[in-house]
Amino acid sequence: MNRFYFDHNATTPVSPEVLDVYLPVLMEDYGNASSIHHYGQIAKQKLETARRQTAQLIGCGPREVVFLSGGTEANNLAIFGTKPRHIITTAIEHPSVLNTCAQQGADVTYVPVGSSGLVDPDDIRRAIRPDTGLISVMHVNNEIGTIQPISEIAGLARAAGVLMHSDGVQAAGRIPVNVNELGVDLYSMSAHKMYAPKGTGALYVRKGTPLEPMLYGGRHEQQRRAGTENVAGAAALGAACAMVEWMDGGLRDRLEQGIVDRIPDVTVNGDYRFRSPNTTNLCFDGVEGESLVIALDLRGFAVSTGSACSSGAVEPSHVLIAIGLPAQKAKSSLRFSLGRANTVEQVDGLIEAVCASVAHLRRLSPAYISHV
Amino acid sequence: MSENLLAVAMSGGVDSSVVAGLMHRRGRKIVGLTMQLWNQRRLPEVQSDAATGRCCSLDDVYDARMVAQHIGIPYYVVNFEDRFEEQVVKPFVNEYLAGRTPIPCTLCNNFIKFDEFLEMAEGVGAQQMATGHYAQITQDAVSGRYQMRKSVDTTKDQTYFLFGLKQDQMARTLFPLGGFNKTEVRALAHELGLPTADKGDSQEICFVPNGDYAAFIDAYFKEQGIDTGATRGEIVNQEGRVLGEHAGVHHFTVGQRKGLRLSVPEPLYVISTEPATQRVVVGANDGLLKASFFTHDVNWISIPGIHTPTRAHVRIRNKHIPAPATLTPTPDPQRVNVHFDEPQRAVTPGQGAVFYDGDLVLGGGWIEN
Repeated sequence: MNRFYFDHNATTPVSPEVLDVYLPVLMEDYGNASSIHHYGQIAKQKLETARRQTAQLIGCGPREVVFLSGGTEANNLAIFGTKPRHIITTAIEHPSVLNTCAQQGADVTYVPVGSSGLVDPDDIRRAIRPDTGLISVMHVNNEIGTIQPISEIAGLARAAGVLMHSDGVQAAGRIPVNVNELGVDLYSMSAHKMYAPKGTGALYVRKGTPLEPMLYGGRHEQQRRAGTENVAGAAALGAACAMVEWMDGGLRDRLEQGIVDRIPDVTVNGDYRFRSPNTTNLCFDGVEGESLVIALDLRGFAVSTGSACSSGAVEPSHVLIAIGLPAQKAKSSLRFSLGRANTVEQVDGLIEAVCASVAHLRRLSPAYISHV
Repeated sequence: MSENLLAVAMSGGVDSSVVAGLMHRRGRKIVGLTMQLWNQRRLPEVQSDAATGRCCSLDDVYDARMVAQHIGIPYYVVNFEDRFEEQVVKPFVNEYLAGRTPIPCTLCNNFIKFDEFLEMAEGVGAQQMATGHYAQITQDAVSGRYQMRKSVDTTKDQTYFLFGLKQDQMARTLFPLGGFNKTEVRALAHELGLPTADKGDSQEICFVPNGDYAAFIDAYFKEQGIDTGATRGEIVNQEGRVLGEHAGVHHFTVGQRKGLRLSVPEPLYVISTEPATQRVVVGANDGLLKASFFTHDVNWISIPGIHTPTRAHVRIRNKHIPAPATLTPTPDPQRVNVHFDEPQRAVTPGQGAVFYDGDLVLGGGWIEN
């Protein structure tokens, strides 16, 4: 069976160009970047090249990039490392922000989002207290793709003397990012969302931002992240940053329009305009999303619903609940996230498969009564 | 989409693993599905370290996934936690509080496994579902009616838990193990090289792995913020004399001797629990003998129903040996009187009464208070 991948917000394949950079570092330039000898120097060069490439993608200085193990660690370091007494964040953050805030010991204010999935900067303004130490708002949402007004929020943070973090894991490589224009102090990135391997990420730390390390050991990464550098991973991330191919929303729009035109009672979740060009999240009335994902997988199309728990069973998405969907509608929703290898033919095939599967599931669903 | 896809309900145990392996060997196109029913970490008070008998533990999902991978079939875990709590756990708790002794496995079969789960299997494209139950489904050549029979291995027979199955459910269900005995199933598991071949059988109700139902109910109440002290009451004899006190009616089931903590010379047994007064009535063993009782929500399986008194063998709990009785219809077609030829011990409200004609399962209903 031919298989087609429409779940790039979960992870992406490593691109051949990135692999060409990655493998030689593992096998030939394998030195420890802290070593004095030739091998160490070559590794150090690779690491610093990667740092420049990564910095260039997001418009910062190389010394403001800390390499670490991934988006989760970047978010943890931003939150634990700034030691805030009060944190303002949103209800639709990734668990690596939500659960870290809850663990950190600070007071946390969860700013709601409306049905658009967009944060109202006024809500952030009202939540700021004298002891607020950090505002953390994701740049692009992983489930519905909405792009938050980060620069406006960062402006409020700066005016109040509060540090601003943004989880940019779903943004970097998908939409143009300039940390200075955004005005953030901390910005998280993940390699495996942009065609580089899992296990590498980066945290942008604006020069002068106070940040305590979480790991203690050697003086790596400007004493912000101890541990022998993953040079190959960093090199791959750097290469991915240097070779970003921007997607326009054309294929996503074709998919979304194709489905909405052909299937009744389908709604788009979240804001229609301020969205990552690769993501659409659709609610199919009367359909169990979990069943639809399985039915599509059995037809060769990989899509997703909600976030997977450790056993692999699906739970209703906290993001969709937060934008006001009733639990049943949240459970009837699917995320389609496209990548650079997807083609018009694949999209058209997916539309056909969705039409057939939704029609079959609705025939069996006592809950579904067509509104058309 | 392929025709004739078969969904196998995989628990991670040896029986359902063999079903998947066997049907795959017979050339069926298969999808393996595991239901996530209950979060085993939810009630810390009743966690068990026992290696077996834990449904929905990560270990069991891991095992089921390994088996699916070994056979080479698509496999998914599907979340039924909300539905399981509504349809099985809450009724289980409420039945105990109402002075009855529930059978959650039957509730799960009736309202989850052969209902919403079967529908989900159909939704993903499977026309039929196979499970590892020890029971047999046949079809009457003349009437076309689906009939159920005890499994060949009578020590493993699970028809007692399946009396709620409807014709349309049986039409879509396969019990491939009904014709095997357990040793053959184990041998098949080894022959198929299944990773679960030597895994122990589960013994307890899946969501109460340590078997302490009262502790589970207490823990569930605590989580829900309900005061369990409210179910405390008196232990009385059949004449109404107070003999002691108890910690809640849900600690007792008819026929129980342990846990009464009474200092009386003769052995006493729970005769009944009375939720209205929160009294537990105790008496001598003879007080447990009962010949006649009513069943409600009767479901007929192998026959369409009865209109006149009918002879049958009736089983009143899983390990009970079916005893000869007369079934008498009432004006309510779903209510049947059972009259044993010889009084039986501990006819327990809330349990099922399943009617047999030899190996044939005629139907069954719920024992009334």
